[in-house]
Amino acid sequence: MSGQCAAKADLMLTDSSKSDASADHAAAIVVRNLRVNYGNREVLHDLSFDIKAAETITILGGSGSGKTTLLRSLIGLEKPVSGEIWIRGHDLCCISAAELAGLRKKFGVSFQGGALFGSMTVGENVALPLREHSRLDDASIEVVTRIKLEEVGLSGYEDFYPAQLSGGMKKRAAVARALTMDPQILFFDEPSAGLDPIIAAGIDDLILKLKRAFQMTIVVVTHELVSAFRIADRMILIDKGSILAIGTPDELKANQHPRVRQFLDRVPDPENSANEDYLERLTARLRL
Amino acid sequence: MPSVRIFRRACTFFQAALILTDVKLEIATRAEGSATVMDLGGRVTLEDAPEFLEALMSLLKAKKPPRVLVNMSQVSYIDSAGVACLVEAFKVARDSKIGFALFGLGPIARDVFELTKLISVFELYETEQEALRGKSGTPSSS
Repeated sequence: MSGQCAAKADLMLTDSSKSDASADHAAAIVVRNLRVNYGNREVLHDLSFDIKAAETITILGGSGSGKTTLLRSLIGLEKPVSGEIWIRGHDLCCISAAELAGLRKKFGVSFQGGALFGSMTVGENVALPLREHSRLDDASIEVVTRIKLEEVGLSGYEDFYPAQLSGGMKKRAAVARALTMDPQILFFDEPSAGLDPIIAAGIDDLILKLKRAFQMTIVVVTHELVSAFRIADRMILIDKGSILAIGTPDELKANQHPRVRQFLDRVPDPENSANEDYLERLTARLRL
Repeated sequence: MPSVRIFRRACTFFQAALILTDVKLEIATRAEGSATVMDLGGRVTLEDAPEFLEALMSLLKAKKPPRVLVNMSQVSYIDSAGVACLVEAFKVARDSKIGFALFGLGPIARDVFELTKLISVFELYETEQEALRGKSGTPSSS
């Protein structure tokens, strides 16, 4: 930790009027006043929330709402303009690249597109984190790889290449790779997008089992409402880069905020406002 | 039932607190009749897996006792790498005709064995006495 950051952490610990982020040991992830920009445009506006250890939280929102940007920020791929992201007591904004690399070994990330290496077999893809980051010998790596493929229902596909798999199978292989190190925190980006309902339900089941067996903290970014309500302990609904609602599934269902209702009840935007937005977009740079 | 939900949630956080507590793996062996009991304590994880595997293999390959019983009752957490070590040891034991069983699995370890679909692969017992008696019900002789 840099001196500046350590001093900041000391201040936070000794002054109760300031953020309690670093002192909150029950929380696996603490986000305080997070702002993220793309160029000059702010895409996440002053977000603050906690994710408790062993909690499954779903981050919901429409396309372009900022939910994937939030996920990328949580895993250190986007640098915030301001604010704090504490993961297991480490402030992502202040730690060195080496510390971040060490912390990332405790994460598992399943990206939306799978991000499998096309030149490697499924087994080699799943084994890769263990080969890179553990002292396990080949035999142990082989056993863990087969266990992980069994967990996601891909037993027998060790020697297949990603190009030989269906979309759902690729996604499950990516999940298996994210699970290889039994991470303390698991991040999923749209785990069931584009999957048929049966495969999607299987991914939901897997998330529920992982939570129970390994007591993982699980963060799922999704816009699939059925899945989100099924797996979540709590949910965060993001709209236009701000948190619109946060709470348990029951609390969200009871939320009467018009925009929350619109999202949960799947009501399209009124056409007039869409037209106004469209006109605004078309003429934004015109000097009339 | 709200009280049941509160109890379950309390259990979850208690289990999470146990997992997050950094208790290193402890390994000890003792003789019980003709069996050798390996007592495990703490967390069996990727970090300590090579040492755990080495302890299992040296017991099975060097000492070659007729029966090895792994005491899991003091294990607060086991991950897939820990399970993989047990799988490898079980394979070596079976190939060497050494009896190999686990006992005292807590709820967390049991969930891991269920998730990894190994619950029916291993010979599992609730208590040390049952493990010593084995399937035949006859205690290991002194």
